[in-house]
Amino acid sequence: MPHDHDHGDHDNHLDPMDARVRALETILVQKGLIDPAAVDAIIDTYANKVGPRNGAQVVARAWTDPEFAAWLARDATAAIADMGFTGRQGEHMQAVFNTPDQHNVIVCTLCSCYPWSVLGLPPVWYKSPAYRARVVIEPRAVLAEFGLTLPVSTRIRVWDSTAELRYLVVPMRPEGTEGMDLTALADLVTREAMVGTGLPRLPA
Amino acid sequence: MNGPHDLGGRMGFGPIPLEVDEPIFHADWEARALGITLTCGALGHWTLDESRHARESLPPAVYYSASYYEIWERALEALLLRHALVTEDDLARGQAAAGEAHPRRLPAARVPAVLASGGPTDRPVATPARFQPGDRVRARLMHPKTHTRMPGYLTGRPGVIEADRGGFVLPDSNAHGGGENPERLYTVVFEAARVWGQGAEPGVTISADLWESYLEPA
Repeated sequence: MPHDHDHGDHDNHLDPMDARVRALETILVQKGLIDPAAVDAIIDTYANKVGPRNGAQVVARAWTDPEFAAWLARDATAAIADMGFTGRQGEHMQAVFNTPDQHNVIVCTLCSCYPWSVLGLPPVWYKSPAYRARVVIEPRAVLAEFGLTLPVSTRIRVWDSTAELRYLVVPMRPEGTEGMDLTALADLVTREAMVGTGLPRLPA
Repeated sequence: MNGPHDLGGRMGFGPIPLEVDEPIFHADWEARALGITLTCGALGHWTLDESRHARESLPPAVYYSASYYEIWERALEALLLRHALVTEDDLARGQAAAGEAHPRRLPAARVPAVLASGGPTDRPVATPARFQPGDRVRARLMHPKTHTRMPGYLTGRPGVIEADRGGFVLPDSNAHGGGENPERLYTVVFEAARVWGQGAEPGVTISADLWESYLEPA
């Protein structure tokens, strides 16, 4: 990734964190501890290759293939690996299915555990103290800030990712999507729908 | 430790900071901080649990005023110092004497394979399960000064075992060089009203994945 110099100023006015991270990387390279090309490759992976489109494909397949959905419910790690999505922060997957009676929402109150292999890196809101603190004590109020107001008759289950299990919410398939193909269905599945802070888009 | 990271149920943090069309990284340094944290982790001098503990050990005023990647950067510096991979002098100067390549330095060519395989933490456990799905349990009342994955808001609360997930590395010992000591992990469900009491939102349950030694029969 090219370094960004467009702060309207010159190099001796770098952001303090920019300077701090650059200095540490310089030291690590000089000491033979890291290869900067490996850093580039990691960034490229999460900037361009691994992201929420992975999870959306899993959800779309679960909507259309009952056998796959059953496999996903029974052994999410294996079912998701079958689609080619494996690896760091997705080693032990669990899929949790929304129903008319229960809506699921995921958090990590202690840090920011998140299923990277299917959703990529977590957004700022997921990592924020506000989300981590509040969604376990007032999930309905938090969901309302996302624009999601659920009937009081819908139970809410908050999954706190305290161990190495990583959770993917499988939202309910929207009505009016009969006959749509996997690609079109996956386009409805937002990141927020797979964390449980949103619902899938409705078909146009 | 119930440090600044132990956020469940805390108040005063304001609205959720939602962004429209947010970028994956908000500055180049965030991307570099992620990349160097992962490449340094691959050297094998510390565990994921130790790195989490380094982050949660930052002073609360620092932790709450730092962005997430700043927390990562500060914790990485602490880990590198603790394991004598860099010195205070290196950090002060922003330069270091050239060194031989570390034997486990991660080459770029191995990055895809390393990221795709990850680091599974499930381990066989020989002892029979102490709890079965449906059992009533209590999250032990415990406040260790060392690393734990028992959230403060659940300690001492009654819940029900939902699932036995098998054996997993115990973070409480693995974060401190005490070995993996795998224990059985359970998904435990708590009624919000039994966690928060009066005023809890209706129809809410919370689950957490808790190790066997975190639990006692109720």
